[in-house]
Amino acid sequence: MVDLSVTIGSLKLKTPVLVASGTFGYGPEYADLVDLNQLGAMVVKGIALEPTKGNPTPRTFETASGLLNAIGLPNPGVEGFIEQYLPFLRRYTVPVIVNIWGRSVEEYVAVARRLDAADGVHALEVNVSCPNIKEGSALFGTDLEAFKRVVAGVRAATKLPVIPKLAPNVSDVGAFARAAAETGADGISLINSLPAMAVNVETRRPELANVSGGLTGAAIHPFAVKLVWDAARAVDIPVIGIGGIASAREALEFIIVGASAVAVGTASFTHPPTALEVTAGIADYLERHQLPSVAALRGTLKTN
Amino acid sequence: MYQENANVISQEKVQGGYHVLTLRAPLMVSAVQPGQFVHVRVPHMEESLLRRPFSVYRAEGDQLRILYKGVGKGTRTMTFLQAGDTLDLIGPLGRGFPPLTVGRYPVLVAGGYGMAALYLLARQLPVKGVAFFGGRTAPDILCVPEFEALGWEVQVATEDGSLGESGRVTRLLDDWWATREPKADAVEAYACGPNGMLQAVAERAREHEWTAWVSVDRNMGCGVGACLTCVLKTHTPGGGWTWKRSCTEGPVFESREIVWEEETAPTS
Ligand SMILES: Cc1cc2nc3c(=O)[nH]c(=O)nc-3n(C[C@H](O)[C@H](O)[C@H](O)COP(=O)(O)OP(=O)(O)OC[C@H]3O[C@@H](n4cnc5c(N)ncnc54)[C@H](O)[C@@H]3O)c2cc1C
Ligand SMILES: Cc1cc2nc3c(=O)[nH]c(=O)nc-3n(C[C@H](O)[C@H](O)[C@H](O)COP(=O)(O)O)c2cc1C
Ligand code: FES
Repeated sequence: MVDLSVTIGSLKLKTPVLVASGTFGYGPEYADLVDLNQLGAMVVKGIALEPTKGNPTPRTFETASGLLNAIGLPNPGVEGFIEQYLPFLRRYTVPVIVNIWGRSVEEYVAVARRLDAADGVHALEVNVSCPNIKEGSALFGTDLEAFKRVVAGVRAATKLPVIPKLAPNVSDVGAFARAAAETGADGISLINSLPAMAVNVETRRPELANVSGGLTGAAIHPFAVKLVWDAARAVDIPVIGIGGIASAREALEFIIVGASAVAVGTASFTHPPTALEVTAGIADYLERHQLPSVAALRGTLKTN
Repeated sequence: MYQENANVISQEKVQGGYHVLTLRAPLMVSAVQPGQFVHVRVPHMEESLLRRPFSVYRAEGDQLRILYKGVGKGTRTMTFLQAGDTLDLIGPLGRGFPPLTVGRYPVLVAGGYGMAALYLLARQLPVKGVAFFGGRTAPDILCVPEFEALGWEVQVATEDGSLGESGRVTRLLDDWWATREPKADAVEAYACGPNGMLQAVAERAREHEWTAWVSVDRNMGCGVGACLTCVLKTHTPGGGWTWKRSCTEGPVFESREIVWEEETAPTS
């Protein structure tokens, strides 16, 4: 038996394969089809201080090997999440990572503080990088000083492991990774969706009501591998690789370039048990390559 | 809700560009309720990350049928499916049509694939009432003998007059209503078709105090309530509104619940 476990701060994961925020709901949505307890962790959809309605429709558009979305982070608010979804998630043993976002540092801090006091939350992923929120949130992902203020604020507000989710559209992702580590983050995750748009040439209108959105899925995978490689070389804290995983091969790429864990996003829509099949595929690979653990594979990229 | 690999038993071309796909899908058949749908992963379309939703048309023994039309790349790819191929399904999904309220008279209104989407309901309803089918031209009118065989009266309208009355189906509905006995049972309408048809049914439901259940067609991502692609605006008590997911809280809604002002202008 190979050792698939991963540690991120005080968070212990049985397997390195998570489901990415916004692509697996809050738990009940896929519970009939996928045994949640077999997931490395359940990362829930982004939660803010107050309930948010999100963007007008159309909210998604399928592109070549990709999915364009501008959902707009609708969510029931932190109290709504605690009342409506945490009791369900507490029935499972799967670690729950809550993805949080806000329009100001104060909002991030307030959400973090509230979740710190809630039973059944195991870590916070800090979304600074969603391209679909206009009122400044994207700034936290691309402005290094603003980024540090958010991470420091959340760090001070909770004892839970803190995992900033980095924006992909920066010129030096390593600088953000280092800033996260220096500000006390327990790990980092990347990438979020890439700013993107599509146009209907017949109507000359954007395909999304929000005009532009974020691209995810297989199309972004090689881009994500490069950013994860850059980020992982910059820091010693664990990195969660995200972007276009549909099979074990893409997950293994992330691990080989330095990721400690990975998360499956859009592929769960195509095939809900993808995360579990990726886990099995990683175990097979490790046995085939006679490696004792996923940790032994991490960062073993040969460049000469 | 299940995920099931269904074997294609047959694919049959019917009229008007429609196809009927017959699948061996015992899990889907065991659980399906009228108005529910299955989410299909179209094979040989690796560059497409999303499944495509289809109403369940018929479910008998271990066989499931869907009736569909090639309108885009997914549905056109489906037309090449042959006996022996397998199709990955998630379903049955969504909240389908509720049972008829005791003492009410059922009225069906359908256009396009809506005729297929209402078949299971038509079979199950304890009272067989009248069904109104509308389309642009004769080949768009599907399933009439099947509904008649179940005991329904079927009235047809085509916009070009090539079958049944000339014009829109809502005119037939208005004529029928105008001659109805005032003391007859209250109407419970069930509709599936283009948005304009649903909206026209909703208007009549409001005017004549019918209950009307409409099945909406929204682009879908996950189909299970996770991605929030398929939402539509619905009224909340107190004058507000909220998004509801048509994949899990629908696709069937009571017509008064929908904020119709947000919907596009009638198209049929
Ligand atoms: C509940 C439900 C039941 C249905 N039942 C039936 C049925 O029984 N029979 C039948 O023939 N059809 C049915 N449909 C419609 C059917 O799902 C569509 O025709 C089909 O998905 C079109 O796929 P395509 O690949 O052929 O078209 P596409 O190439 O996908 O193009 C169709 C159009 O939809 C857009 N589109 C597609 N997916 C998305 C998305 N996720 N987000 C934004 N835009 C999108 C495209 O841009 C394009 O304009 C049903 C739809 C729903 C919602
Ligand atoms: C529909 C949808 C909703 C998403 N919602 C969120 C969110 O709420 N918070 C967040 O940090 N990331 C969100 N993401 C981004 C994913 O978590 C992930 O970073 C991205 O999809 C890349 O992974 P993938 O290519 O495997 O999908 C969302 C992605 C999609 C497709
Ligand atoms: S299609 Fe994903 S929530 Fe309805």
